[in-house]
Amino acid sequence: MFARKKKGFLGVAAVVLAGSLVVPLLAIGTTASATTVRPHVTLSHANTVFSSGVMYSPPTVWNPNAQGSFATGTEGFLYETLFLYNPITNKYIPWLANSGKWTSTTKYVLTLRGGIKWVSDVANGQAVKGFMTGADVVFTIMLAKTDPGIYYSNLANDVSGATAVGNTVTVTFKHPAAEDWQSFLYQDPILPSSSVYGMGDWNNAELNTDANAAPVASGPMSLDSANTNSEEVCYTTNPNWWGANVKSLGNPSFKFGHWCDTVNSSNNVELTDFLTGAIDLSNNFLPGIAALIHAASPGGSTYGNISTYYPRPPYMLSANTVWLEPNLSKKPMSNLYFRKAVAAAVNESQIVNVDYTNLVDASNPTGLMPSQKSYIDTAAVKQYGFSFSKATAKADLKKSNYKGQTVTIECPAGWTDWMAAINLIVKDLKGVGIKAEALFPSYATRTSDIEDGTYDFAIDNNASIAADPYNYFYRMFRLPVQKVQSAQDNWERFDAATVGGVAGKAWALVKDLNATAMTAKTARQAIFNKLETIELQYLPEIPVWYNGAWAQYSASHWKHWPHSTAKGDQYTPVMWAGWLGQMTTVLALAQLAHS
Amino acid sequence: MRRYFLKKISIYLLTFWVAVTIDWGIPRLMPGNPLQVFLLKFRAQPDAAKYLQAYFYKAFGFNEPLWKQYLYYWDGIFHWNLGVSMFYYPTPVATVIGQHIFYTMGLLVPAIICAYFVGNRLGAMAARRKVLDNSILPASYLISGTPYQWFAMLLAFFLGALWHLLPESNAFAFGTTPVWTWTFIGNFLEHWILPFLSLFFIMLGGWAIGMRNLIIYELESDYAHWLQMLGSPARLVRRYAYRNAVLPQLTGLALALGTFVAGQIVTEIVFNYQGVGLLFFNAITNSDIFLMQGAFLLVIIGVLVANFVIDIVYVLVDPRTRVSMMGAEG
Repeated sequence: MFARKKKGFLGVAAVVLAGSLVVPLLAIGTTASATTVRPHVTLSHANTVFSSGVMYSPPTVWNPNAQGSFATGTEGFLYETLFLYNPITNKYIPWLANSGKWTSTTKYVLTLRGGIKWVSDVANGQAVKGFMTGADVVFTIMLAKTDPGIYYSNLANDVSGATAVGNTVTVTFKHPAAEDWQSFLYQDPILPSSSVYGMGDWNNAELNTDANAAPVASGPMSLDSANTNSEEVCYTTNPNWWGANVKSLGNPSFKFGHWCDTVNSSNNVELTDFLTGAIDLSNNFLPGIAALIHAASPGGSTYGNISTYYPRPPYMLSANTVWLEPNLSKKPMSNLYFRKAVAAAVNESQIVNVDYTNLVDASNPTGLMPSQKSYIDTAAVKQYGFSFSKATAKADLKKSNYKGQTVTIECPAGWTDWMAAINLIVKDLKGVGIKAEALFPSYATRTSDIEDGTYDFAIDNNASIAADPYNYFYRMFRLPVQKVQSAQDNWERFDAATVGGVAGKAWALVKDLNATAMTAKTARQAIFNKLETIELQYLPEIPVWYNGAWAQYSASHWKHWPHSTAKGDQYTPVMWAGWLGQMTTVLALAQLAHS
Repeated sequence: MRRYFLKKISIYLLTFWVAVTIDWGIPRLMPGNPLQVFLLKFRAQPDAAKYLQAYFYKAFGFNEPLWKQYLYYWDGIFHWNLGVSMFYYPTPVATVIGQHIFYTMGLLVPAIICAYFVGNRLGAMAARRKVLDNSILPASYLISGTPYQWFAMLLAFFLGALWHLLPESNAFAFGTTPVWTWTFIGNFLEHWILPFLSLFFIMLGGWAIGMRNLIIYELESDYAHWLQMLGSPARLVRRYAYRNAVLPQLTGLALALGTFVAGQIVTEIVFNYQGVGLLFFNAITNSDIFLMQGAFLLVIIGVLVANFVIDIVYVLVDPRTRVSMMGAEG
């Protein structure tokens, strides 16, 4: 009797287990197949490159105007810009544009390459829908005037009109706007203007918020929605891409058939996926990667397939400047001597050595990127710059009337490298007599704290890299300061109320830069020098280190990744938005070959 | 019996109303402005940011008075329209939940049920055999006392990363399409084993300890002694003890099954499993109030349905409930 009962129990358990698994399995399969077309079922790694480190949520948007939320590849694989910027060589590369130049201070003429095709996604057969012409460029530019929500709406203040004759586009400006236009040229992708297959008949809400799930685009890959799911976005190479025929670019073409970018996971999962070869390119911060490159694996063999851009410190290219951002509207941060004391108290070398194990570089006091070294006013740095010195920090603190208040330093919870850096900074500040506390709220709370101006100090790095420091100072000095600083500029609140007239002066200098021709190098450098001096004198931000352009490659399946030692292919190895489509990542991927 | 169920249903409806009201209110009381975080997605210039803020303020219904927003929420529940997720914008909340719930279901339901069956059986065996009590009990304490994330990471490290026996992350391999094919099923099951085992072992200890204690208590009760004095065989006494001991365990099972829809955040993070737990985590950390509401609604419905089912099961398995109901009707 007992034996029979036991058998019954096991039988019931087996049925329950099978039943509880079959229902969700059926549901998963049915849900997916209802929305997919011609799935590959499994993409072979021999023909597919897998990356990670960009997306933190399932891919849902392929609208290039949703700059902060589109899926990896939307800009770069699908939609393309007129020029690319190479931060390694500090040069612009004509991309969709064949050429472009200022014919006067308020007129710019550009010529598009011929033969650029608008191609549908894989689900729609990668069909050629039409050719890109000057009309598409004009459509894209004029959206700045007609769509108040478009992300480059600032261009509306500069541009008076744009006309196209065939592939030649003439843009006229109300006033010289060198910098705004330069940013547009390499940052903003050209959109299809057709009302039949493009965005010509989209209203403003659609232009800013539509998911664009079946994108008709010009780039080297097409969206493969059949293989896109909650874990990854996949693309298939576009056989009609214009680039393969362009000799001056080295006839770039991809040796792989598909590219999948996977949703970012926790560091431990990402590291394991990378070390086991499941991921070929990781654009995530992986702590200890430098040690793994050199060390022996638990199995006894070395991770010989892993590499980074530099074979030795700093291992990574620099991506942006990380600041300790004081809230100038609150005491004691509003006191200049207090800020000077903080700047001198922070031991940035310790952050680089201990927190990052030399994966990054310490920042110059101006915070200007290594690629912008030629713009640094060394005399100003010598006169006003700061460096780690406890004695200086203590002396400045004495002058600051610091009353012993506790100040907080915050960054989002889970951003482990920044959290570790904050802990080190807190220790440094305590070492000179400043009461400091680390604060790790959620990303949402931290963002509200900064935008509402309720924080004390924050760690921040939101000035984008560019050929010259205009963007950097625009981010730092933009006026007016709003009650809620929802645009990501001047979060530190450097304005007349906090620092007096110098704020207006700095913003006027930034605007002068926009009005000064790019070719007027001496005049522009004089303005940069003045801005750097103001920055060093008033310390609206305290630059600490350069965040890395995190990129770890595995050659298990694909080789010829970008390396500093390869003379011919010094391209960016990063898939992040703003890098894949604006810098030279596409050219880097065109170098890849089977291992 | 009709009165019993009518009374129960009335209580459940009242509970549902209160819970949904709290579910609607709590996310709105959280610190921070959800629109501020959402607008970062657009990287707009100051003027464009103002325009977008005005647009989305209206689009998300924040311009309506609170009482209207509340009524719209109820209307949405009846039409299964839970709004649009801010974090997964522009995907509707119901779709986002639909994309994740089955992965959670496929992982947690088998883990809970298997741990329940095996744990109860082990606990019952431990209660009547000294040798087993000395081995199963400490092992159960050890397993249930182990921090789950540590245990899960050990499994992932040894069985996945080091020995390459099983994949240690994701619900299926990269480059695989979730469609109803044997290739996909095989792939899914291969990825399912490690997170399943981690949950199964951790849950197992709790059930075993609980059942062992309950059986000992039942064996010491008056009816057990009475049966023994009447000369009933030990097996019969144990059967009655098991039947009585399993009742509180059933309540625990119902609660565990009812809350499975909340997912298992730690499991889903350790194994990068795209389930509802990650949804909760993302919704809360990104102030996505609509997704929070939708996810909590799922938990509310899950718990209430599970409790209702267990009420019915109690009537079937516990003669005392049946008797009390008949008494009530009489």
